[in-house]
Amino acid sequence: MPLDTAAIRRQFPFLAPRVDGQTIVYLDSAATAQKPSCVIDALTEAMKTSTGGVRRGMHPLSERATTLYESARQEVARFIGAQPQEIIFTKNATESINLVARSYAASVLREGDVIVLTLLEHHSNIVPWLQLSEEKGIAIRWIDIDDAGRLRMDEMEEALSDPRTKLLAVTGQSNVLGVRPDLATVLPMAKSHGVRTLVDAAQRIVHTPVDVRALDCDFLAFSGHKLFGPDGIGVLYGRGELLRDMPPFLGGGSMIRTVDRAHFLPEDPPYRFEAGTPPAAEAHALAAAIRWLTALPLQDREAHAHTLLSHAIERLRRVKGLHLLGPGTADEQCGLISFTLNGVHPHDLTDLLGQRGICLRAGHHCAQPLHDRLGITASTRLSVGLYNTIEEIDTCVHAIEEIQQAFQQ
Amino acid sequence: MDLSAEHILDHYRHPHHKVWLEHPTVTHAEQNWSCGDALIVQLCIEDDRIAAIGWSGEGCAVSQAAMSLLSESLEDTTLTEAEALSARDVIDLLAIPIGARRLKCALLGLHTLQNAIRAFRSLPPLTWGETVGNAEQTR
Repeated sequence: MPLDTAAIRRQFPFLAPRVDGQTIVYLDSAATAQKPSCVIDALTEAMKTSTGGVRRGMHPLSERATTLYESARQEVARFIGAQPQEIIFTKNATESINLVARSYAASVLREGDVIVLTLLEHHSNIVPWLQLSEEKGIAIRWIDIDDAGRLRMDEMEEALSDPRTKLLAVTGQSNVLGVRPDLATVLPMAKSHGVRTLVDAAQRIVHTPVDVRALDCDFLAFSGHKLFGPDGIGVLYGRGELLRDMPPFLGGGSMIRTVDRAHFLPEDPPYRFEAGTPPAAEAHALAAAIRWLTALPLQDREAHAHTLLSHAIERLRRVKGLHLLGPGTADEQCGLISFTLNGVHPHDLTDLLGQRGICLRAGHHCAQPLHDRLGITASTRLSVGLYNTIEEIDTCVHAIEEIQQAFQQ
Repeated sequence: MDLSAEHILDHYRHPHHKVWLEHPTVTHAEQNWSCGDALIVQLCIEDDRIAAIGWSGEGCAVSQAAMSLLSESLEDTTLTEAEALSARDVIDLLAIPIGARRLKCALLGLHTLQNAIRAFRSLPPLTWGETVGNAEQTR
C-alpha cells in the first residue's frame, strides 16, 4: 500500500501554512530530517515532567529521567538488534566515531598498523583517523571507487588481506552518491582476515534496516537528527566484548565508580563512555522518532523513496548541461542524488532556490576526497524524506531550469 | 543573491581584468576553503600605484563578480587607497544584499587583493577572521 503522504505531511509542523505565504519544499533530509509533532511533543513533555539528574539523585524526578533515558537505550537496542549495554549515547555520529578512534583504536593499534577507509567517506569518518594516524604513525589505506561510485572490491580484498590491516571504517551509504557499499560481503571479508569493523550508518539508518548481529560489525555509529529525532544525540553500538576492555573516552561525572586524589576507577560499559549529565529528554525523543518511523511499513517507505528518486533522476536527466553523479539509478542510489550544472555554481543555485523556499544542499558535503576523485570542487544534492511529494520534485526541477536560463541569457 | 541584479550576472559572464599578466610585481592566491572558490590576483606596482591588475579564478557568481567589480575600481589607485578599501566598500560595489552565508563569497576578492599588497610589503597575510570581522563591524 502506498504511503499516505498527505497524512504524514500533517504531522510535520514545518509544513504548516505560514503567515508570509511562503511554502517550504524541503529536499535536504540527508543533512538533517524535519521533526514530526510526536518527537517535538516527546522532547517538551520530557523536559516538563522528567527533568532530573539521570542515575544521580534519589528523588522522583531523577527516577523519571533515569527511566526515560534507560527505556530509550532499550528502544535503540531493539531497533538495531543489539543489547542495551552495547548502546552508548553520544552527541552525534561524529562523536561516536571519535570515541572509537580515541578509545578503541588509540589503545589497540600500534605504529605501522593500517586503517582502511573508502573514498565514499564523510569527513566524520576520515578526520578522526587522520588525527590518529598523525599521532601514532598508523597508515591509512584508501579504497577507490569506479566512475559510478561503486567500491573497487578487488582493492578491498587486497587491503583486508594485508596482515598490517587492523580496522576497516566504512560508510553504510554515501552522503553524496547515495550508493550503499555491499556490507554483507565487505564485513565478513574483514572478519575472515581478523580486521575489526566500524560502520558509519548516519545515512543508511533512515532508509535501510540495520541489524548489528546480522551485519556482524564491531562498531556502528549514527545520529538522531537524521532519523527524525532531535539534535544533540547520537548512538554508538559497540560489540560487548570490545567495550569491556576499552578505556574511557571523556572523563568526568557519571563515568566513574570511585575517585580518590590520585586515581579513578571507571564504570562498566555503557556508562564508562557517557561522561557528564546525559541528554535524557533527547534520548526519549529519539526513541519516539524510532517508534514513529518503524510504525510505517518498511516496504512502503522504501517504495516511496524509490518512486521520488526515480522521478527526480528522470526529470534532472532532461535538464541540459546537468550532470548526475553516481550510477544515476534509484535501484543503486538511496534517498539522494547529487549533480553539477554547467555555468551555475552550486552555491548560486541553492541560494536562488532557497529564495523560492526550495531547500537543497550545496558544496563538498563534507566529502572532499570524494569530490577530488570525481574531479569537481562542489556539487548540489537533492535528498528526499517521507514528507516529500512528486509535485515538490517537479517544482524544484522547474526552478532549476529557470535559474539556469537566467544565467545563460 | 538577487537574480534581478543583472550587473552581477554580467560581470560573472564577462569578467573585467580577468587576464594573466606577463610581468607582475606580485602574484597572490587565496581560497575560500568552505566552498573551494579560488582567486589569483596579480599586480604591477609602479611608484606605489597599481599600474595594472589581472586575476584568474573560479567560483560562484558573487565571488567572481565581486573580483571583477573590485578590479575595475582599482585602476590607477595608490596602494594606500587599495589598502584602505573596506568590506563595506566591496558590498557597496556589489549593490545587492549580502547575507551572512554569502559574505565570504563577496569578500574573497578583497581578501586576495589585500594579501597580495601585504605580500608585496612583506607583511603577514590577514586571516579570514580579520577580513570578515572587518565586514561585520561595518554592517
